[in-house]
Amino acid sequence: MTAPLPVTVIGGYLGSGKTTLVNHLLRNANGLRLAILVNEFGELAIDEDLIEAEDDDIISIAGGCVCCSFGSDLTGALIDMAKLNPQPDHVLIESSGVAIPSAIVGSVSLLNGFCADGIVILADAETIQRSACDKYMGDTVLRQLADANIIVLNKIDLVNKAHLLETKRWLGQQTNGVRIIESSHGIVAPQVVLESFLVQKSLGVLHFEASNLEMMTITLREPVDVESLAKKLADDNLGLIRAKGFVTSLTGQKNLIQVVGRRWETSLAPDSTLNGIVCLGFKGVLSRQNIEKIGNVAS
Amino acid sequence: MVDTTIYSARKIITMNPARPTVSHVAVRDGKILAAGDLSELETWGDYKLDETFADKVLMPGLVEGHAHTMEGTLWRYVYCGYFDRGDPNGKVWDGLQTIEAILERLKEAEVQIDDPDAPLSGWSLDPIYMDNTRVTRADLDSVSATRPIGVLHASGHILNVNTKALELGGLMKTGINHPGIPLGADGYPTGELFGPETMTPIGVHVGFNRSLTDSDEQGLRDFAKLCVRTGVTTITDLAARLDDEGIEAMLRVTGEDDYPARVVPLQLFMGATPKEIVDKVVELKARATDRLRLGRIKAVADGSIQGFSARMRWPGYHNGAPNGLWYTAPEQLAELYRLALGAGIQVHTHTNGDEATEMVLETLAPALRDVPSPNHRFTLQHCQLADAAQFRKMKELNMCVNLFANHHFYWGDEHYRLTVGPERALRMNACRTALETGVPMAIHSDAPVTPLGPFFTAWSAVNRLTASGRTQGEHEKIGVEAALYAITLGAAYTLHLDDEIGSIEVGKKADFAVLEDDPTEIGNDNLKDVCVWGTVQNGRIFAASKL
Repeated sequence: MTAPLPVTVIGGYLGSGKTTLVNHLLRNANGLRLAILVNEFGELAIDEDLIEAEDDDIISIAGGCVCCSFGSDLTGALIDMAKLNPQPDHVLIESSGVAIPSAIVGSVSLLNGFCADGIVILADAETIQRSACDKYMGDTVLRQLADANIIVLNKIDLVNKAHLLETKRWLGQQTNGVRIIESSHGIVAPQVVLESFLVQKSLGVLHFEASNLEMMTITLREPVDVESLAKKLADDNLGLIRAKGFVTSLTGQKNLIQVVGRRWETSLAPDSTLNGIVCLGFKGVLSRQNIEKIGNVAS
Repeated sequence: MVDTTIYSARKIITMNPARPTVSHVAVRDGKILAAGDLSELETWGDYKLDETFADKVLMPGLVEGHAHTMEGTLWRYVYCGYFDRGDPNGKVWDGLQTIEAILERLKEAEVQIDDPDAPLSGWSLDPIYMDNTRVTRADLDSVSATRPIGVLHASGHILNVNTKALELGGLMKTGINHPGIPLGADGYPTGELFGPETMTPIGVHVGFNRSLTDSDEQGLRDFAKLCVRTGVTTITDLAARLDDEGIEAMLRVTGEDDYPARVVPLQLFMGATPKEIVDKVVELKARATDRLRLGRIKAVADGSIQGFSARMRWPGYHNGAPNGLWYTAPEQLAELYRLALGAGIQVHTHTNGDEATEMVLETLAPALRDVPSPNHRFTLQHCQLADAAQFRKMKELNMCVNLFANHHFYWGDEHYRLTVGPERALRMNACRTALETGVPMAIHSDAPVTPLGPFFTAWSAVNRLTASGRTQGEHEKIGVEAALYAITLGAAYTLHLDDEIGSIEVGKKADFAVLEDDPTEIGNDNLKDVCVWGTVQNGRIFAASKL
């Protein structure tokens, strides 16, 4: 049986920078075959220099990536994606500005052969608070934020520091403390958005200098209580954004742990896998010691 | 020599106020040459007198402004509805009032299918009339445990399936956590699937594939038969994806010599940018034929009231359900409206909740300031919950409205009790307010959601009875004459076709509804029972008995 195809949903209201972020990821795919599903091909959906070939419903992109428009039939488009040869490494759904992302994840969860890799919501630092008060769209914007596992607060270059701090404080209130990553021009470390980047060897290190993020690999050699460990990794105070890796359970079985924001999941893994958890977190908060300590407590 | 036929009739209701009823109508080249008495018509020269309709009543061919050709396709499946309903071949299927009766009919159909793996599909189920008794997979398993079975609800938004279908779709398992998939005490799905995202993966295994809304060729022909049986000569398909293959098929089928209806398909605004859609429809408009009127757009602002996905203004849903969903953002609609107005393309917009209606009104107003278009006739479709102030705004913006009169009968009790509560339920589908405000109005069936039949639709608007027999919204009742106008000229106006159809007067298409009864004499209570003999479309005679 092949491993399920991971699916990430990128959401956010119109103008929050979803398309820019998608182009940024395509530009930095680094060998990972991404399949992007968009509601519709906008006039400038994909940067032209990235396009290799174009068909009605599918655009082939340099490096083995593809982009498809799904219109009204997301389920059908996903099923088509899984049939591509070679199969993509990761599917990314750019949801429409009015879509409720958790509903999309719900649909994905019904399909065999796919697994959800979290919801990343973009928010425009300049306008998000105003959008959230919009007469018509306000509640939709708030529902999108509430669905987020990770929020990318975009366009921070357009606001002053006081506005930024206030926006982050407000977002914290709305979302009860979800992880917020700052960004301008949709530029964010790809590992934040897609778990597949986290463990991609060729990408290795974060190559965005300005990033306030850090990556590390922690190896827990002793058996641990897997669920308890996963739960603790998702704790707000740890400064962890994403984690993926393998540990040995108290009963001696290999387990896969996946964490995105506060969401965590564990599953059985083949015995042959080597222990080690790749962690992505906030520089200065994330610490090797803390994680190892959690590992020890959980053992 | 010119070929003129003069038809005599018991009565011809023209909808032309200058001479509301006449005894004869002359037809030449598929068009109305004259309507009057025989001595007037004879002045046009040689003619052939045709007395086929001597004992019939003629009306302008009826116009259904909001239906879906999918109705034609669905009749190949087993009818499971609560109310009696006629199929394209004229058979009236008894309504089924119990789950047992539904299962019995499914069993009868099941034994007739030879291929043991072929799916069995049913449609038009509606448990709200059966005390909301839910159909389970076990119920459908009693029909067959080995063949996949799916029954679509009348709303089109819920699908019931059996265990085999769940297995084929990979959902026959525990641990499913999805709001659209209720689980039984055993942790397995009960077999009810809510919403398109849960229906699609299983639907393909039970005969409801992804492109169900796109009617196939046989479906289009069957749809047209229903038109003849209900007196309809012009009908909309609201809306279609209109891919190349679909357009070719529609052009081919409607172009057949004996195709009896004029079809007006609207391009759905979804899955493409406003510019792409407008550009496409400008091209489609150039390909339009007399019987396939391409060149209009339908946008969807929100969902449905009974599905709690319509967008409501304060105080929201009566039962406290959270507000519904937007299907299109105001910014996208604004761009669509501007581009379409600029290109002279008409847009119909689906709104159900009053907040969605408000959003459309507020979005169209600035677009019209940018692109003044006095005759745009942009139409609000359904628009069920609009209040008087919103109708006044529609008037100010020169908008039209097409109200869902049938809904009142089928779901009015539900709206009163559950979705919007008594006060707002009384104002739903406010036909009288629309007319008194001066908003051009049509009324519709939304077939297959409710059965095609403009006389039933007119009856609904005149009587405002609900399924339980209550009159709901006395104040919003309209007279028979206004209702007959709505199903002819009223609907034609919303399609920019009132210069060609909708009344019997010189120069218009020879499109008639041929009736056994006189709708102006039969009485308000019986309007729905007007017996239709058939139609004349573009001068061609179609008898329902000979389809």
